Amino acid sequence: MKKKFLAIPYVIWMAIFVIVPLLLVVGYAFTTRDGGFSLENFQTMTQYWPVFLTSFRLALIATLICLLIGYPVAYWISRESANVRRIAMVLIMLPMWMNFLLRTYAWMSLLENTGIINTFLQNIGFFNLINGIFGTEIEYFHMINTPGAVVLGMVYNYLPFMIMPITTVIEKIDPSVVEAAEDLGASGVQTFGRVIFPLSLPGVLSGITMVFIPSVSTFAISSLLGGGMTLLLGDLIQTQFYGSAYNPYLGSAISLVMMVIVLVMMAIMNHFGEGEETAIY
Amino acid sequence: MSKELIRLNEVSMVFDEDLVLDRINLYINDAEFLTLLGPSGCGKTTTLRIIGGFQTPTSGDVLFDGNRINDLPPYKRQINTVFQKYALFTHMNIYENVAFGLHISKTPEAEVRQRVKEALAMVNLSGFEKRSTTSLSGGQQQRVAIARAIVNRPKVLLLDEPLGALDLKLRKEMQTELKKIQQQVGITFIYVTHDQEEALTMSDTIVVMNEGRIQQIGTPLDIYNEPKNAFVANFIGESNIVDAIMEEDYKVTFSGRTFDCVDRGFARRERVDVVVRPEDLLISGPEEGQISGTVENIVFKGIYYEMMIRAADGYAWKVQNTHAYDVGTRLGLSVEPENIQVMHKN
Repeated sequence: MKKKFLAIPYVIWMAIFVIVPLLLVVGYAFTTRDGGFSLENFQTMTQYWPVFLTSFRLALIATLICLLIGYPVAYWISRESANVRRIAMVLIMLPMWMNFLLRTYAWMSLLENTGIINTFLQNIGFFNLINGIFGTEIEYFHMINTPGAVVLGMVYNYLPFMIMPITTVIEKIDPSVVEAAEDLGASGVQTFGRVIFPLSLPGVLSGITMVFIPSVSTFAISSLLGGGMTLLLGDLIQTQFYGSAYNPYLGSAISLVMMVIVLVMMAIMNHFGEGEETAIY
Repeated sequence: MSKELIRLNEVSMVFDEDLVLDRINLYINDAEFLTLLGPSGCGKTTTLRIIGGFQTPTSGDVLFDGNRINDLPPYKRQINTVFQKYALFTHMNIYENVAFGLHISKTPEAEVRQRVKEALAMVNLSGFEKRSTTSLSGGQQQRVAIARAIVNRPKVLLLDEPLGALDLKLRKEMQTELKKIQQQVGITFIYVTHDQEEALTMSDTIVVMNEGRIQQIGTPLDIYNEPKNAFVANFIGESNIVDAIMEEDYKVTFSGRTFDCVDRGFARRERVDVVVRPEDLLISGPEEGQISGTVENIVFKGIYYEMMIRAADGYAWKVQNTHAYDVGTRLGLSVEPENIQVMHKN
């Protein structure tokens, strides 16, 4: 405990770059252009209620898909040998070493109406086949600029954040606990359901948090893959600061409300996980 | 005569080209307290895990009640295990932990409650049902692990160094208690330990193992008094082991002198090992003993002193006696014929 002073630089850093900005956001949220305390921003915000709904809905869907894909992957990885685990982890991390925008642009060129996927299907005669059977006149699948594309972007970008904490937690489960369950008569499925999954919940909670929060606040994914057709909270906030609508006061208020909603959701979730070891993130 | 329950037939185990078990032959009776004793890496835990079904032997057969069970998974065996590190389910309370096996077998809840209560009473943890596993001490956690196993009324309970993590006093208490529980439930206990005193205290039968082989099987008394070879003699208790020559039946020569003994059946002039326990060496005046020597050092051990006494031929005898003798004292040592244990050389 004598080395407390070593933490001082970080505390100062936190104060300047986390606490002060947070206070500024709160301050802005409760003021207007003319200055002075006001709740006007929150009133204005009500018209954007659908944006809130869309954002939370898409983020929830993306989180759920990440969980459905990520859990089995994490489970598989954690049961492999150390070498396989290392390789699998590198493969999962690999896309993250590429710039986030670049990856999302890549998805654009994949999903466009005249993009790689549609061109490929065209070239192998897939559309002709479909049209021949159903008598339709499909020339391409419309994928870009849909909510589905936005969810895809979220899942693609944030899936590693689901896999990693779950893998870490499952890896830490004492193998003799699993053996104890088998020893007491539990089959493989029962062992998983009654022992492994409950013990991995802290990792699941961490994964959900780490996927949901960036998903709900993203703006790049929605503007690139959603083509502005799917307005999310992130886009809405961004336009308040850099867009034509310039209104940092409203932007701050939206940020604040989003933060509160997220915090409440996390609190509820952690309550579910109570009695478990606390989540690691 | 007890009924045979488990038999290992020529069981061998190879891990990464390492021979961990080398043709183990062993039978275990119903309601027997059998201990697998040996240093770490001797194969005792592997033997236990093969009986529990966590490992399949590379060759040989495991029989349970006469049926071959080599490939039967753990959850289909009437065997339960108490693990070294307790392996409790930390996401459940004590009641749920103990009831786990009964819930899996879909036992009616009223019966589950009754049996969990009895099991907890047996391990002196009545009233702990609602507690969380993390709120218990190591000894209490181990009791829960025992209750969790015996509540299923298995035919065999496997215990893998269950007291290894406990402090000495608690370990002694638990030894007595485990023995009591075993007699109370009347089932077979197969116990793994590297602690020879623990093995001597609790077991009906001790199986001494080393380097994947069984060295000796016998009652604690047999193992202690008549070790079959130098390894067993050394591992069980303190011993003096000296090179000797078996002159003829009942005559053995060591330390430059021929002693009467009670062993026979060796080849004439066979080179053998002789074991004399430190407590069996009697101290007398320098001229009155069979061997004479000088006290080289002395250590107080509580109820006795342990001395190293250097004989004329250079061998330092370990001697335990309630009297202390000053370093440098010359004295005589003698041993009764029945306390000389003659063993074949390995």
